Amino acid sequence: MDQEVCSLKALLKDKEEEISALKNKLAQLEQGHASVLKLHDKVTPIRPLTVKTALSNEDIMRYSRQLLLPELGVKGQLNLAKTSVLIVGCGGLGCPLAQYLAAAGIGRLGLLDYDEVELSNLHRQVLHGEENQGQAKALSAAGSVKRLNSTVECIPYHLQLTPENALQLIQQYDIVADCSDNVPSRYLVNDACVLSGKPLVSASALRLEGQLTVYNYQGGPCYRCLYPVPPPPETVTNCSDGGVLGVVPGVMGCFQALEVLKLASGLSSSCSPQLLMFDAQNLRFRSIRLRPKQADCAVCGDNPSVTRLVDYEAFCGSAATDKCRKLNLLSKGQRISVQEYKSIVDTSVPHLLLDVRPLVEVDICHLPISLNIPLSGLEERRSEDIRLLQERISQLKQQMAGDGQPAVYVICKLGNDSQKAVQVLEKMSGSEVESIAVKDICGGLMAWAMNVDPTFPQY
Amino acid sequence: MKCAELLFSGQKVHHVTLPSQSEPCEYHQKKVLLFLLEKCIKTKFKQAINAVLLRPGILVLINDADWELMGELDYQIQDKDNIVFISTLHGG
Ligand SMILES: [Zn+2]
Repeated sequence: MDQEVCSLKALLKDKEEEISALKNKLAQLEQGHASVLKLHDKVTPIRPLTVKTALSNEDIMRYSRQLLLPELGVKGQLNLAKTSVLIVGCGGLGCPLAQYLAAAGIGRLGLLDYDEVELSNLHRQVLHGEENQGQAKALSAAGSVKRLNSTVECIPYHLQLTPENALQLIQQYDIVADCSDNVPSRYLVNDACVLSGKPLVSASALRLEGQLTVYNYQGGPCYRCLYPVPPPPETVTNCSDGGVLGVVPGVMGCFQALEVLKLASGLSSSCSPQLLMFDAQNLRFRSIRLRPKQADCAVCGDNPSVTRLVDYEAFCGSAATDKCRKLNLLSKGQRISVQEYKSIVDTSVPHLLLDVRPLVEVDICHLPISLNIPLSGLEERRSEDIRLLQERISQLKQQMAGDGQPAVYVICKLGNDSQKAVQVLEKMSGSEVESIAVKDICGGLMAWAMNVDPTFPQY
Repeated sequence: MKCAELLFSGQKVHHVTLPSQSEPCEYHQKKVLLFLLEKCIKTKFKQAINAVLLRPGILVLINDADWELMGELDYQIQDKDNIVFISTLHGG
C-alpha cells in the first residue's frame, strides 16, 4: 500500500513537471510567433539578416533534395539563406511565390499588401483560407509561410506602397518581386528598383494569359524602357473586371519564384532580357527577345528625367488599386438610384430594363425582366441587337397607349458601362430607334444587391 | 477595345498573303502593318491603327523578337514572317 502511494506520488510529480515544461514551451513559442508576425503598418528599419556560415543537420535534411543539385549545392543554399526578398502584393502571384521561396529556404520575406482577404480571392490566392477572411492579406500569407518553414523570417506589411515609403522599403531588400495588380504600382516599383539598384522580377496574369520578365538586372532594360508611356486607363483590364483562372497566376508566380531563386542562389541566369508569355488556353509558352536598356529611358537612361519617385496615380491617370474606377459621364437627371428603380418596378410603370453586360456575366445572375444587349453590341450597332431593341421598344410603346416617350433603364454590374450605353442610346434615340427616354441605374446590380435585394448574388 | 486580341475581333491568328507577289517578298513594314490592319480588323479601323501603331502598352513582335531589335518601321518584312501584337497585362 505504502509503496503504491509512493510510486503514484512520484509519477504525479513527473507529470506535473512535464506539464509545466510543456506550458513554458508553448508560451515561448506563442511569444516568438507574436513577435515574428507583428503586422507592420509603416516602413521601419530592419536589422540585417544574420549570415549563416554552415548548414545545420536539420537544414541538410530539409533541403537535401535540392542540395543534391550541382547547380545549387551548399553554396547556393547558403546564398538563399542570406537573401531577402520583398513581395509586392500577396495575391494570385504573391501567394505561390512566397510559398516556394519559403519552402526553398530564402532568408527573409517582406510580404506587402494593403488589402484584406475576401471570399472572391480564395480561388487563386492559395495561402489564404476561409478563416482568414477579413484579415490583412500580408498577415494571413505570413502565417501560412511560417507554418511551412518556421526558419524563414517573415515581415508582413499592411500598407500601400507609395512614392513616400517605397525607396526606404526597397533599399532594405536584395530582390523585389512585383506581384501587384495595377499600372501605377508597376511604374512605382520599377522606378524605386532602378533608383535603388535592385533587380525586379515582374509577373502579371489576366484571364488565361500570363507574362514574366526580369527587369533592371545585369544591365538589362527596365519596365520603362519597354513601356515609356502608360496605357490609357480605359484600355486596362483588371482581374475583377476581366476575370482570371486561378491556376494562371499560380503558374506565373511559380516562374517568378524560379527566377528569384536563380538570382538569389547565384545560379547564373544566362539569358538576355526576355519576356515569357504563357497562353493557358493552348498550353503554349513563347519567349520573346527584348530590346536592351534604352539610352533615352526616363529613369534608367543616360540622362534620366525621373531622379526621384513621382506621383504615379497622376502619371497613369488611374488609382493604385485593382478596385473599379467610378466613371461619371452623365448628368444627375440622366441617372436614377436603385431605390428609385425599385419603386418603378413596384408601381408597375411600363418600361424596358436593358442589361448591357457581356453574356458570360448575365449567366451568373440577372434581373428576370431585363433584356440583355451587351454594350459592345450597341457600340458596334450589331444589326441583330438593334433589331431586338427596336422590337422591344415598339412593344413597350403599344403597351403605353401612346403617351410620352418609352422609358429605358440601363443597368450593368457597377454602373460604368451602363453610363456609356446611355450615351450611345441617346445618340440612337429618334433615328436608329424610336425616340426614347434613357436613364442609367446608378451603381448597377451590385448596388441593387447591397441596397435593395440582399439575396441577389454579388460577384 | 481592351486588348490587342479584341482589336482583331477576338481572332487570335490571321494568315495574310501580301499583295504584289511579283516583287521578291520584301515589303516596307509600314505598308504591311497598314495592310494587316485593314485586312484583319473589322471594326473601329481608325482607333485600331492608332492603337497598334501609337498606343502605349502594346508590344510589336517580329518572329518572337521585340521589333525594336529589328529596326521597328524600317524592317523589311520577309516571306513567312510572324508578326504579333501583344498587350501588356497588369493583373495579379
Ligand atoms: Zn529603363
